[in-house]
Amino acid sequence: MGHRVVITGLGICAPNGVGLPDFTKSLKEGLTGISFHQELKDLNFGCQVAGKPQLTSEYINRYFTSLQLRGLNASGLVYGVIAGTDAWTDAGLSKAEEDEPDWDSGIIFGTGILGVDKFRESIHLVDEGNTKRLGSTSVIQTMASGISAYLGGILGSGNQVTTNSSACTTGTEGVIMAYDRIRSGKAKRILTGSCSDSGPYVWGGFDAMRILPRNNNNNPATASKPLSASASGFVPGSGAGALVLESLESAMQRGAKIYAEVLGGAVNSGGQRGGGSMTAPNSLSVQRCIKMALENSGIESKDIEAVNGHLTATGKDPVEVLNWSLALKRSGADFPYLNSFKGIMGHGLAAAGSMECVAAVLQFKEGQIFGNPNIEDLHPEIEKLVHKSRIPAKTINFRPETIAKASFGFGDVNACVIFKTFKD
Amino acid sequence: MEKENYYQQLKGIVKPYLPEDVTVDDISPDSHFINELNINSANLVDIVLDVEDAFDITLENDDMDQMQTVSDAMAIIDKKRSSK
Repeated sequence: MGHRVVITGLGICAPNGVGLPDFTKSLKEGLTGISFHQELKDLNFGCQVAGKPQLTSEYINRYFTSLQLRGLNASGLVYGVIAGTDAWTDAGLSKAEEDEPDWDSGIIFGTGILGVDKFRESIHLVDEGNTKRLGSTSVIQTMASGISAYLGGILGSGNQVTTNSSACTTGTEGVIMAYDRIRSGKAKRILTGSCSDSGPYVWGGFDAMRILPRNNNNNPATASKPLSASASGFVPGSGAGALVLESLESAMQRGAKIYAEVLGGAVNSGGQRGGGSMTAPNSLSVQRCIKMALENSGIESKDIEAVNGHLTATGKDPVEVLNWSLALKRSGADFPYLNSFKGIMGHGLAAAGSMECVAAVLQFKEGQIFGNPNIEDLHPEIEKLVHKSRIPAKTINFRPETIAKASFGFGDVNACVIFKTFKD
Repeated sequence: MEKENYYQQLKGIVKPYLPEDVTVDDISPDSHFINELNINSANLVDIVLDVEDAFDITLENDDMDQMQTVSDAMAIIDKKRSSK
């Protein structure tokens, strides 16, 4: 038996809310963070709606020094620093002293690609033969680990400081990595999370793959329809979510508030075999990942009261629900409550897992299962597996004991984490 | 007179790069950017770019290597400005 691991801090910079109060309100009331982007229309995107955190420069100035702000052109970095420092503050933790780092605290903060706009700026200068004009910040804003490096410097973390990357699984994988490190006694606290840039250079590749919805540009609020028969692709998103994971001993010693316990989790890959590919999951490996997460957590499938899926709003949602049903051996009215936050958040790509973990955990605090506001026509294949009453359109009052959250990503990679309401 | 202007302008450029425990009043013509003003060597690169923009000059790699102190920077600016 290793150390028990609890969540003591949350931070969020999401399209549907920056900061916990706005974010929670959006989830409770089904308020969308997806909007029309003229820039995408001007660039001839098929999908012209997207999710992007709403930030003023005044707000950003609170998190960066004037020196850090000079030439700052990396949106994911901005979102990650906001969510990360907010989670640290929410946990009641402070920055390390000037002379010595906090050896017991680390950072595992992932991303898919960082500082795309800064990189574009740099490419133009290099191509013009003007490399010297890049200045000192093009590397630190575009290296993948720029986000963990920034947070590490701001907080003075002296334990492991790293960035993980596993496409849309990144954020959920990070929670499990942080859990493992604390459980084994290698760290007392890990700030984990993930971030993703916004903008056409990140979203363009997905538009080209024709996996984004092209016919909902006039209706941004209802463009993302997870679990629906009319789902026609995922709405691209961006932002960052952050969680402070901490050993129970450390949390108790500090008298910290505890949002939930991380019971365990699992990560695996389908190896792009058995029906899996670069872009599609091997269903058996998804089921295996879910079952391994239960086993690792020491619980049975009947204990799961709510599932927060990956459920992106492509044609693959019914397959995911089937995988949950087979892995948990539960269906119909016996299926746990099921939701997807992508209807109002969009698909935050590398940031999705962490933003959704934050939202899933907030359900314990609120004593609610947040609704699925955009389901007008539940997919018939899904309705065969799960009774309608288990997929609430509107937020319902129900305090879950145990929640399973999964994320799946390009490369046929999977992660599933189990959260439980904290009891001493 | 022009020299004094350069000096004041240069102090303004250097100011945002100073660490918290160094103030603009600590700057003197003899100050060594890295050893005395404790400026991060990576930021010296940014100071050079700001100098180029402010004085409308181009600094070559050799100039940058020689720019160790505030007065080094003044001399280089003066040379570049007068040869324009």
